Amino acid sequence: MSRFAGKSAKIGPSENRCEARVCCDGTRPSVLVVLARVITFAIDGIDPRPVWVEVDIRAGLPTFRVVGLADAAVREARERVRAAILNSGFEFPARRITANLAPAHLRKVGPGFDAALAVGLLAASGQCSADALDRWAVFGELSLAGTVRPCRGVLAVAEGARRAGVAGLIVARERSGEAALVDGVAVAAVDDLCGIAKLLDGGDVPPPPAPTPVPAVEAPAPEESDLADVRGHELPLRALEIAAAGGHNLLLEGPPGSGKTMLARRLPALLPPLTRAEAVEVTRIHSVAGISHRGGLAATRPFRAPHHTISPAGLVGGGRPPAPGEASLAHHGVLFLDELSEFSRPSLEALRQPIEDGEIVIVRGQQALRFPTRFTLVAATNPCPCGFAGSDRACRCGELELARHRRRLSGPLLDRIDLLVTVARPSAAALGGPPRTTSGDVRERVLAARERQHVRLADTPAHTNAQLDTRLLRAHVHAEETARRALAQAYDRGGLSARGHDRVLRVARTIADLAGRDVVELDDVLHALALRARESAEEAIAA
Amino acid sequence: MTAARTSTLGSGACTTCLRRSWLVARLAGHIEIAWSARRGSSGLLALEDEALIAALAGDRRTAIAVEYEQFVTAAALRRCVASAVTAVCRCNARYPASLHDLPDAPAVLYVRGALDRFERAAAADRVAIVGARRATPYGLEQARGLGRGLAAAGLTVVSGMALGVDAAAHMGALEAEGTTLAVLACGPEQAYPASKRRLHARIVATGAVVAELPPGTPARRWCFPARNRMIAALAQATVVVEAGERSGSLITAGQAADLGREVAAVPGLVTAPLAAGTNALIADGAQLVRGPRDVLELLFGASAATLGPSRQGQEIASLEPDLRALLDRVGGGCDTVAALADGGAAVDAVLAGLAQLELRRLVRRGPGGRYTATA
Repeated sequence: MSRFAGKSAKIGPSENRCEARVCCDGTRPSVLVVLARVITFAIDGIDPRPVWVEVDIRAGLPTFRVVGLADAAVREARERVRAAILNSGFEFPARRITANLAPAHLRKVGPGFDAALAVGLLAASGQCSADALDRWAVFGELSLAGTVRPCRGVLAVAEGARRAGVAGLIVARERSGEAALVDGVAVAAVDDLCGIAKLLDGGDVPPPPAPTPVPAVEAPAPEESDLADVRGHELPLRALEIAAAGGHNLLLEGPPGSGKTMLARRLPALLPPLTRAEAVEVTRIHSVAGISHRGGLAATRPFRAPHHTISPAGLVGGGRPPAPGEASLAHHGVLFLDELSEFSRPSLEALRQPIEDGEIVIVRGQQALRFPTRFTLVAATNPCPCGFAGSDRACRCGELELARHRRRLSGPLLDRIDLLVTVARPSAAALGGPPRTTSGDVRERVLAARERQHVRLADTPAHTNAQLDTRLLRAHVHAEETARRALAQAYDRGGLSARGHDRVLRVARTIADLAGRDVVELDDVLHALALRARESAEEAIAA
Repeated sequence: MTAARTSTLGSGACTTCLRRSWLVARLAGHIEIAWSARRGSSGLLALEDEALIAALAGDRRTAIAVEYEQFVTAAALRRCVASAVTAVCRCNARYPASLHDLPDAPAVLYVRGALDRFERAAAADRVAIVGARRATPYGLEQARGLGRGLAAAGLTVVSGMALGVDAAAHMGALEAEGTTLAVLACGPEQAYPASKRRLHARIVATGAVVAELPPGTPARRWCFPARNRMIAALAQATVVVEAGERSGSLITAGQAADLGREVAAVPGLVTAPLAAGTNALIADGAQLVRGPRDVLELLFGASAATLGPSRQGQEIASLEPDLRALLDRVGGGCDTVAALADGGAAVDAVLAGLAQLELRRLVRRGPGGRYTATA
């Protein structure tokens, strides 16, 4: 003890260290054993799991070991913790130090345990008070100078702290706004290790930056991309509106440079604003993935546009450690797949479950992780490999190439796409003309249509028309006799499969919702037929 | 069953013709070399057996002559039976008379599909529909419409089962539940191109697939012009739907003209590369074809065009005025929703109208969201 300098002067073997408590083998602990316990959190997928950092200091050759299924970043923490403690003016005990991360079966990943390790070490060596450690959880990375740096997943950790019943959470000042979004947990935003020690010794709680700059969730963010900038493209605009209103997946087909990406980027702004619960959910996923939002909370619906070289794990989540994929990052927003036919088959196949179930379950070893994936899919593709089929320039593709292109597009994913629309280069006259509409106007209609769906589907698991299965369609979609006849005619004439029949009916329901009608009319069905995605049966005939 | 099949399969060919056919297949590689060197095999197939060996075989001459002497008829017939193919030789009464017009008529016709069906198909009036492999939606639509209309009128549609126009013509005939005859450049049991497997099976089941080469022979480049001469000879009239300036379909048309058969062509835009060949044919005096009726008139005279008012015609006549106007605009080249809506019509109305027309099968949606009026 006498070797401890600085702050160690004020401590003795005391109440802030647990002595003789944790000996599982039943032996009496040596008098020289000192032990501290700090609660922190590991991110498992996107879920927080409580982790207890136990630090044991005893007589012996000076070593510092970290056990408990820690990955490389956590083992490297030893060096960071040693330097941070010394550079903050504390003493690093020259004794045998063992840190255990419990529970031992959970794999611990990333640098978020640094601060907890350092605090445990300080408390075990009596350099700070251990009294408060059952009230505060600690989460953060340390720099060599002793400053606390933010880690991914702060929001998830704050939720974990609330769930674990911990009164407060100590995090880095940067991104502490995220943690402050969780009610019921006091958040202390600290700058460095000394700050943590001061806080635990009974100092004032440094509050996180006032959360006022968080934009109100209800107010849409300033639109960088409004529909008012769009000229021409009347049909695609209509399709975007329908997709937004009913949550339908959309395929845009058109030659290069016709504006497919530009149109897709404008879809998130047409969707209803995020509710607070949705925003927190989005922020939590983004926080785990290392995406931070200004002011803490996600204010706009996410728009994710992964490149077509993406791996299946990158698209739906996975990897080691399992991380959320683009499909989860697009949760409550839009997933845009440009050049759909260039994506690898496995990647597209992997998207089926997320689209169908709104979540993906990834099983790794003995753990099953759930990532939410409720997004609207917008895909874009050239009409043929050279890109100019059906445009003013001649297409140079042969029938075989076309067939291959269609095969790549068809199949399981296309079954989940309700709307197909062709994007053509707007004419010069249209380019010079006035804008057709603004995002605000469209959003108003979309909101009204969503409200109608909400009322109609109140007692069903579905939220939007796109989620109606055959049974719900039969129960909740009422169509006029003429509309039914037209649909039956399309079905009988062989151009439509049973699945296609349902898709047309779903889209027709949304079109009627947009027009404020309770019953689906003939025109709604005709529109839906004209916008339906092509089916493989039809393609076979055309070949 | 097996006995009955054995008795009909391979029964219609004599040893001389079978040996001749074997020889052509045996020399296929040599013919290919000669064809490549001279860019044409004209006259080769008209040579007598010995002359053919002498002209082509070179060093291998004696070896092939020995094989020729040792030819076993039964073995050749067995190979036919094994691939469910019937051989009909030119000495046989079942051999299509029209093929005799060829100076180098194939010695044996290998038929895949029921022989009596083939006989009926060859006895009926026959029209060949040929054209580009890389056809446009317009060309495909025309070929299909012609195939459908002519087959419905009781004619046999003859074509080469190639990609594009050929396959579309066969498809049209199958849609009308009519008879169609495919002439292949390889053995008749092989689906060539392979992507037309299903079409091959359907033609075998309802019509017949025939070829000059015995089962198992792969297609070589010279086989395609050789196949074209059979198409030209088999049909009373040859209709070219889309053809570029140097298209193989023009060879077929030329051969048909040489044989004294009727030649007709479907016109296209003068600016379209795939209409260069067909428009040139029309300029040279080929009959202009706007639909099945023109072909029937060409064959049987104006009075005999027995085609009743077409289904399309009736449908169009019963259309509401605005739908009729929309259909006219689609046919007039305004073929995308954007173009159709440019004239001031609301997109919604255009979409609804197009869906109505599609339901009545008056238009079809093609790649790039282009609508084509059906033929």
